[in-house]
Amino acid sequence: MTTTQLGMPRVGFFTDTSVCIGCKACEVACKEWNAIPADGPLELTGESFDNTSALGANTWRHVAFIEQPAAPSAGGEHDGVRWLMSSDVCKHCTEAACLDVCPTGALFRTEFDTVVVQQDVCNGCGYCVSACPYGVIGQREDDGRVFKCTMCYDRIGVGQEPACAKACPTKSIQFGELDDLRERARNRVAELQASGLHDARLYGDSPDDGVGGNGAFFLLMDEPEAYGLPPHPVVTTRHLPQMWRHAAIAAATLLGGVVASFVGRQPARLRDR
Amino acid sequence: MSPRRRREPEFMSYYGRPILKEPTWAATDIAGYLFTGGLAGASSILAAGAQHTGRPALARSAKLGAFGAIAVSAVALVHDLGRPSRFYNMLRVAKPTSPMSVGSWLLAAYGPLAGASAVSDVTGVFPAAGRLAGDAAAVLGSGVASYTSVLIADTAVPAWHESRRELPFVFVGSAAASAGGFGLLSAPLDESAPARRTAVGGALVELAATRVMEGKGDLVSETFHTGTAGQLLRAARVLTAVGGAGAAILARRSRVAAAASGAALLAGSALTRFGIFAAGQASTRDPKYVVVPQRERDGVRPATVPA
Repeated sequence: MTTTQLGMPRVGFFTDTSVCIGCKACEVACKEWNAIPADGPLELTGESFDNTSALGANTWRHVAFIEQPAAPSAGGEHDGVRWLMSSDVCKHCTEAACLDVCPTGALFRTEFDTVVVQQDVCNGCGYCVSACPYGVIGQREDDGRVFKCTMCYDRIGVGQEPACAKACPTKSIQFGELDDLRERARNRVAELQASGLHDARLYGDSPDDGVGGNGAFFLLMDEPEAYGLPPHPVVTTRHLPQMWRHAAIAAATLLGGVVASFVGRQPARLRDR
Repeated sequence: MSPRRRREPEFMSYYGRPILKEPTWAATDIAGYLFTGGLAGASSILAAGAQHTGRPALARSAKLGAFGAIAVSAVALVHDLGRPSRFYNMLRVAKPTSPMSVGSWLLAAYGPLAGASAVSDVTGVFPAAGRLAGDAAAVLGSGVASYTSVLIADTAVPAWHESRRELPFVFVGSAAASAGGFGLLSAPLDESAPARRTAVGGALVELAATRVMEGKGDLVSETFHTGTAGQLLRAARVLTAVGGAGAAILARRSRVAAAASGAALLAGSALTRFGIFAAGQASTRDPKYVVVPQRERDGVRPATVPA
């Protein structure tokens, strides 16, 4: 029984990228609050203003910067460039592959229906890293364990909002009860569509998608892959029963095949015994 | 059209960066384990058969081979952990949704049984219990040799996940070829007939299942033909074919030919595992293996616009 079935509300993030200004306050607040170490010396990637590059063990919020050519507008609103900015984060999937495959129980589902790593249990097997269809969770090399966004488990437990949402100056990152956020997001996307922004679409909001919906979902202004997001991810464990069936048939084939290799004439030396 | 000559698909990405994380696993540890686990599991079945049909030399070498291979496996698996000192947390829970958890429990049962079977055989202590342990190890060995396919297929790694139907057969074929090969290498000719048949059958299954897996013609299957993975798998195919043919034709009469065939099969099986491992790694490095198949797939689009 999930916590939501027990009547506790599921919480989540709605990241409305249409109002993201790329200030990276979320990245900084997350690093500060969660005491996340640096990834190493700063390296300039040349990829617009993004020198963080991707989510990982030491990056739990990542602001993507996308510069696209656009027709210059009459009002001089932009000079032939469309800016897309988006703060990415762990999706806290309804059907979380990392959680499914974790062999130690270090990854668990909290009372808020979020997915969190217990750092005193993780033994760094790395299975979750290969299982995550979004490439979110990562292993800290000097430490050996895996780390990812906890949706500020410590803060939400005492009624505070996560550090990133708190720091966001434009309310691009909204924290709250997931049902409320979904309704708010549907209204927002309808508003944008009505104002002529036909690229606006929601990503990860549907409980019918390949991961049962995300606890952290997005309003995007382009295709998901433009932001480095997989367009139709499916949690790997959906196919696990099929995989076990195939493996069971293969195991039986192996057992039967090797046993069959003993059928036949025994060598003379052995027969005479 | 050959998957090697497929036209480069057009797709969007974020500065060409990978979407997935590359597996944290080291090839020597985990691809190595895929090989040694298969060798151990299939050797235990061979050992039990040899024991019940009065082939003591084959039984002993297969038991020792299984024990040695599973001991190496355990070391490799613990070594690969980010926190090796916490390896025992693997037995903290039992989770059917985690093939690694299932495998941990399987190995926790199989390893001691394979060990007891080998030690009893060599020392002559508790022979009845040793034989019983050998039989149990044979049954569990079929699981050890096959579950590893689910272990790697149950990931977001495109080359592994999209091969989920064929991988179990590639792996048990490869396991049988290696165990048969080890039997040919280590057991006398007058007892090695079952090892020979196991080797030939295993090699055929390994070659056929690998062919099906590699030849699907979809975008992801090109990772089996290119780069390091392509080189490893081509070498594996030659070694397995040569070893299998040698086992079928020459290994009956010549001890040297039997040993050479066995060695080729062992090497072929190992390279198959390393090749598949490398294909998985390659498939996480390029976002096209994520974006293009997901775009081609039917189903509910996650990016939705309300009507």
